[in-house]
Amino acid sequence: MTLFIEQCLNGLQFGLLLFLLAAGLTLVFGIMDLVNLAHGSLYMIGAYFAATFAAWTGSFVLGAVLALGATLMVGMAVEVIAMRRLYGRDHLDHVLGTFGLILFFDESVRLIWGPEGLSLPLPSWLNRSVQILPGVNYSAYRLAIIVVTLTVAAFLYVLVMRTRIGMLIRAGASNREMVGALGVNIKLLYTLVFGLGAALAGLAGLMQAPILTVQIGMGENILILAFVITVIGGIGSIRGALVAAIFVGFIDTLGRAFFPDLLRMVLSPAAASTAAPALSSMMIYLLMAIVLVVKPEGLFSAGNK
Amino acid sequence: MRKALLAASAALLLVAGPAMAQQKTIKIGFVSTFSGPVAVIGNDMRNSVELALDHLGRKMGGLPVEVIYEDDGFKPEVGKQKTDKLIESDKVDFISGYIWSNVLLASLKPIVDSKTFLVIANAGPSQIAGELCSPTVFSTSWNNDQTPQAMGTYMNQKGVKSVFLIGPNYAAGKDMLAGVASTFKGKVIGQELTTWPAQLDFSAELAKAKAAKPDAIFVFYPGRAGVQFLTQYAQAGLKGAIPLYTAFTIDELSLPLQKELALGVPGAQQWVNDLPNEANKKFVADYIKKYPGHKPAFYGAQSYDAIMLIASAVAATKGKLDDKAAVQKALEKADFKSVRGNFKFGKNHVPIQNFYLQDVVKDAKGDFVLKTVATIVKDNQDIHHAKCPMK
Repeated sequence: MTLFIEQCLNGLQFGLLLFLLAAGLTLVFGIMDLVNLAHGSLYMIGAYFAATFAAWTGSFVLGAVLALGATLMVGMAVEVIAMRRLYGRDHLDHVLGTFGLILFFDESVRLIWGPEGLSLPLPSWLNRSVQILPGVNYSAYRLAIIVVTLTVAAFLYVLVMRTRIGMLIRAGASNREMVGALGVNIKLLYTLVFGLGAALAGLAGLMQAPILTVQIGMGENILILAFVITVIGGIGSIRGALVAAIFVGFIDTLGRAFFPDLLRMVLSPAAASTAAPALSSMMIYLLMAIVLVVKPEGLFSAGNK
Repeated sequence: MRKALLAASAALLLVAGPAMAQQKTIKIGFVSTFSGPVAVIGNDMRNSVELALDHLGRKMGGLPVEVIYEDDGFKPEVGKQKTDKLIESDKVDFISGYIWSNVLLASLKPIVDSKTFLVIANAGPSQIAGELCSPTVFSTSWNNDQTPQAMGTYMNQKGVKSVFLIGPNYAAGKDMLAGVASTFKGKVIGQELTTWPAQLDFSAELAKAKAAKPDAIFVFYPGRAGVQFLTQYAQAGLKGAIPLYTAFTIDELSLPLQKELALGVPGAQQWVNDLPNEANKKFVADYIKKYPGHKPAFYGAQSYDAIMLIASAVAATKGKLDDKAAVQKALEKADFKSVRGNFKFGKNHVPIQNFYLQDVVKDAKGDFVLKTVATIVKDNQDIHHAKCPMK
């Protein structure tokens, strides 16, 4: 039972982390109608910034805060310099343009930080395990990730649904020209949205960094999962992204944790332990396929596109 | 017009082919990973190959040497393409390199079919030591399960009664876990294979290992995954609670990132940077001189040996590489100064060699370094050689 609780926490933590990445992706995709493959690069940049700033300042938290600001700036700069040229064009152009950005970012990181990668050590108060229930110990850092991401999710909800900026964002999503005609600076709004998405990706990257270390191309594998989540959750829907991300996190972790044991009941142990990792990593895509068949627009579609 | 040009160039190629062979440059193709996060391993191997060439005066048996490096991109299908290119278009005399067992297994057939001599510098899939052994295939590394077998023996010495095994789900991972289980006399109470190379978060596996309450955990995670594993092992609160035993998880490339997390975590290896033989002292000292800020890892040591082995065979046959039988005989003698101390080949062309216990310590300057602590097994031969039909 304690094992099950621990695995559920692992699933929740992974899911919430994916949510941060998927939220930015779905905002940019849903509101600006822009397919951003370079989202994973911003995740990587966030991690590199955090490792660098933490080493300079000697403080993990200060480094993380600085990195968040820096990623926001990089995101806005990318929007002004590159993304603006892509609005209103074909999705294929977006894919091509942002794929170019991936190459640009990977190579820049190689030039600036070298190919070896960095490590982001945790302060000792996070680098241990804490007792959350009698007999259940859990990594303090993973617990911190859960708390931070839930806070960010609440903040996003308030921002989009309860503030004037959020109203403009939603209005801009449904009719860009009309909002512009009413005297709203839609260009600035898009820059802010893109910067926000970048900061969310950067936050995911810097929080994942102490677990997975910082390396070139770290955002590419996880970006695929983030896209799967946007598809399952419905493009443009933050609520959908949250639900889908938690689903995917649970399926991935619990699949890895318990599927091999289930498989061992029907197959020989050797065959089971070989097949289980492959099969359990397929389950997420199976979920996506089922969602696409039953609700092609995703679980929580953001409206009529 | 275009057709005529094509025909003309094809004809030229036909003429040029034999003419190039007359020039007598020893061509060596070297396949490794030079891009992506594991490029640090490929760089260590290339650095060591270049150092070996420096030590040889860029000549083998008086003939100039050309090494063609190819990047497998960490992918079996790319590795096979690059291998085909080396054989068919570059027409190399020797092929060397290969970090990954799955890349090597995908590339093996064209190499064996073309009778190009292969000197493997790292990967050691059990199939190549056993039923897939070939007269033209040699290794200057090991067979995958030898190193974990030594670790299993060491765990017996330490009185470990039960172990939980974790490793990646590919050819080498399966060989490694089978290897440790074959010599470990206690109980294997659990085994987890993870998706390779995509999965880097081991939280689910660590939670299961913790719940199983073993005496020890054994892992095999080469390259960057080893850093991630050690980090997460500490974060899960297992450091100090369940001791960790490793194979190919802590080396000179990952240690600068693992730092104190690796302190006191034992590993087994056939080569450690402080082995006291003359060839090794020269190799390590010159490597650090040539590449400031870098230290050679076992990947590099094996690559250095691969080039030295090839050089010994070229010198012994006086560069007459067309006589395949003579080259094979010369390679089989392993007549060169290996940086691990001299070794003999088994009949399957896998080294019979010692395995050492390595530990991580802090040196006088406060740097983390690997140190040889003891010899676990002497003149160890892989268990698959019986399945190899060669005499």
